[in-house]
Amino acid sequence: MATLWVGSRKGLFRFDRAAEGWQQVGKPAFLAAPVTFVLDDPRDGALYVALSHGHFGCKLHRSDDRGATWVELPTPAFPKSDAPDAPALELIWSIVPAGADRPGALWLGTIPGGLFSSTDRGESWVLCSSLWNRPERSRWVGGGYDHAGIHSILVDPRDSAHVTLAVSTGGVWITRDGGDSWALGGQGLRADYMPPGQQHEPLFQDVHLLAAPACDPDRMWCQHHCGIFVSDDGGMTFRESLDVAPSAFGFAVAAHPQNRDRAWFAPAVKDECRVPVDAKLVVTETQDGGKRFTTHRNGLPQTEAYDLIYRHALVVDSSGAHLAMGSTTGNLWASDNSGENWQQLSTTLPPIAALAFAP
Amino acid sequence: MATIRFTSHLVRHRPAPMFTAAGATVAEVLQAGLADDPLLRGYVQDEQGRLRKHVNIYLDGALIRDRLRLSDAVGPASELYVLQALSGG
Repeated sequence: MATLWVGSRKGLFRFDRAAEGWQQVGKPAFLAAPVTFVLDDPRDGALYVALSHGHFGCKLHRSDDRGATWVELPTPAFPKSDAPDAPALELIWSIVPAGADRPGALWLGTIPGGLFSSTDRGESWVLCSSLWNRPERSRWVGGGYDHAGIHSILVDPRDSAHVTLAVSTGGVWITRDGGDSWALGGQGLRADYMPPGQQHEPLFQDVHLLAAPACDPDRMWCQHHCGIFVSDDGGMTFRESLDVAPSAFGFAVAAHPQNRDRAWFAPAVKDECRVPVDAKLVVTETQDGGKRFTTHRNGLPQTEAYDLIYRHALVVDSSGAHLAMGSTTGNLWASDNSGENWQQLSTTLPPIAALAFAP
Repeated sequence: MATIRFTSHLVRHRPAPMFTAAGATVAEVLQAGLADDPLLRGYVQDEQGRLRKHVNIYLDGALIRDRLRLSDAVGPASELYVLQALSGG
C-alpha cells in the first residue's frame, strides 16, 4: 500500500492507496498549522514535519510510529548576537537524510540561508559554519522572501560526503568533504533579471529547485527562475533547455529515479503572474535529457485553472511510475503511469506546500 | 515572584501552565520560569532572545516596551500575560 503525505497551509494530511484507489486516511495532524516540509525517512521510517506558526515561530516534529504520535524537536538556531538584526530562523525549507551510511543523520536548509546538520535524528542541530561564513553569502538575496534560503539539498548516494545545495538566490554550492569546504557551481545558468554583464554570474542565480536521479547523481535538473537547465557534472556546469512549451518558468521539478534522461516540470506564466499558461494546468516531461518536452494534460483542469505548484509539491516515487502534485488552490492529483494520466484526489485541501511519498 | 500566564492559542500547540518565577526583568522571569522547557520558550522568543514579532506580553496590564531585550522591570507581585498578536494571524 502506498502512502502520500500532504503538507498544507492547514496541517499534514495522509492519503493511502488501497484497492479502491487513493483515500484520505484519518484526520489531519497539526490542524491549522502551516506545514513547510515533510520528510519520510527511508532509513528508519521516521517522519519529520516542519511547521511555521504565524505567531509562535518555526517548529519541528518527528513521529516514530507513522504519524500516530509526535514529539517536538529543537529547532535549528543561528549564532547568538546582540545586533538588532541578528539572524533568526524564519522557515525550515528542506530536510533530507544525510546518507544511507549515516543512520539518523540529517541535513536541513532554512531561511535565512543556513545549512544545519544533526547526527541524532533531529534532537540537536549544528550550523554549517563553513558555508555560513563564506563571504559570498553577503551577496545572497531573498527570492520571494525577505532573505535567501536553502531549499534543495542533494546527497550523493555514492558518497554521502558529496552534497549539493541550491539557494534562492545564491546559486549552486557543492561540498565533497561533508561540509568542511564548499565550491560554487552553476556555470551556464542565466539570470535575465540581472543587469547586462552579470546575468551569468553563478552567485546571482535563482534556482527554484534542483533534482537528481538516484541512478546517476551527476545528472542534475534545475528549475530556475529563468528557465530549465541540465547538468551532467553534478551541478558544476549547466546547459539550458530551449524552446520549452508552454513555459520554462516554474518552481517544481521531479527527476525520474531510474532514467537519467526523464524529468517532470509544472510550468506557469513568467514571472509575477504565476498561473498556468492559458489557465490550463499541465505537466511537462522530457525523456531525452531536456532536448524535447511532452505536455501532459489528461486529468488536469483545462479551463479556468489558476493553480500554482510550489517547488516541493511535485514528487515521484522510487519506481518512477507514480507521481503526485499539489497546488496552491488545494487541488491534489496523482499519476500511476509516469505523468501521462492524472487522477484528482481532492479539490478541497488547503494550499499545498510539500508532498512526500512513503519510501 | 511574578506570575506568568499563556494564551490558550499557545497551549493548543504545547502545554504551557501558569507559573511563578523570580526575576528583575521580563527576560529574567522567562529565563527562570522556562528553564525546564526551552522549547516552550521558543514559542515566545526567537533564538536571539527577542520577543517574537507576532507575540505580545502584557506586564501588569500594559504592553512591554522593550521587545528586543525584554528589559522591562518586573515587581515581586507582577503579572505577565503572553498572547498572540492579531498581526500574526
